[in-house]
Amino acid sequence: MADLHFELVTPERLVRSEDVYMVVVPGVEGEFGAMAGHAPVMTVLKDGAVKVYKTAGSQPESINVSGGFAEVNDAGLTVLAESAEG
Amino acid sequence: MASLKALKLRIGSVKSTQKITKAMKMVAAAKLRRAQSNAEAGRPYSERMASVVASLASRVTPGPHSPKLLAGTGKDETHLIVLATGDRGLAGAFNTNIVRAARKKAQELEADGKKVIFYIVGRKGRPVIARFYPKAIASQYDTSAMKAPAYANAQEIADDIIDRFESGQFDVAHLAYANFRSTLLQEPTVDQIIPVKPGAASATPAGGAASPAVEYEPDEEEILKALLPKNVAIQIYRALLENAAGFYGSQMTAMDNATRNAGDMINKLSIKYNRQRQAAITTELVEIISGAEAL
Repeated sequence: MADLHFELVTPERLVRSEDVYMVVVPGVEGEFGAMAGHAPVMTVLKDGAVKVYKTAGSQPESINVSGGFAEVNDAGLTVLAESAEG
Repeated sequence: MASLKALKLRIGSVKSTQKITKAMKMVAAAKLRRAQSNAEAGRPYSERMASVVASLASRVTPGPHSPKLLAGTGKDETHLIVLATGDRGLAGAFNTNIVRAARKKAQELEADGKKVIFYIVGRKGRPVIARFYPKAIASQYDTSAMKAPAYANAQEIADDIIDRFESGQFDVAHLAYANFRSTLLQEPTVDQIIPVKPGAASATPAGGAASPAVEYEPDEEEILKALLPKNVAIQIYRALLENAAGFYGSQMTAMDNATRNAGDMINKLSIKYNRQRQAAITTELVEIISGAEAL
């Protein structure tokens, strides 16, 4: 299965732009994992950790974000956050 | 005619001025590189934000309950112009151009019978506006203490502006800044930031049109409510970044010209100096020779 294109952008810079297996995003109405082919969603995020799984079954890399929102569309997952560190 | 000594002093002073302008040019070039990469790093965010807001805005039909930042106050009487300039001069016509663009906009609006007020960001815009519109300055934000524009600053400005909007101090807000095209070209621009322009929304149907069945969590209106203030902040942030890059670009060009002009002036003065020196020597020789002949 093709990988999910994941982009994490803050006003200061483009933090991540890479192809990954899965990303778990802390939406305001619950966390959800986005993989390639996910249905289009747009959600506001809670402040918390975005977990990036590079490959299936690998240890997640977590990035703390605050004040963000996420959009999943055909092109992949885009997380826009006011600040990100991790 | 100036004396030899005066000419020498003059050459010395032009030389030291040239040293200063040369140093400023080099400093501006170094800072430009950083400001430019900052401006470029900020672009993806603002582009994505614009496309997301556009696709959301095209989905929500403005009604009485939709956020004011999208639908406007329903009136079109008082316009706020957010004037973002640099804090320092010696950058050619950079600040003047932005102020001129803002004043042109203000005149157009006033010709239409609107009331115009100003919100000033950066030091250089204030004196001119204070002269032409002494009572119209709503507030200002001091950016002279910060080295490079940070998102937090933009957010403070945006919060302040949105507060004023919510309390009904104005109906429409414009943002005047210089769009950084290249080192040689900065384009003074006036954009409408509040309410979100419907024209801009329909012009960029980025993600929205391609994926019709987007699921929203929570619903569109809630997302818009969270998003629109951020959109204002990001637009201001972008303007600050573009301004910073434009300022250094403009300063670099201005200082390059100044250095060159100083060089030309030094050449001219040196020629004049040498001629005069030669003339003085010749006169002296003539005096000595004629003195010797008289004996």
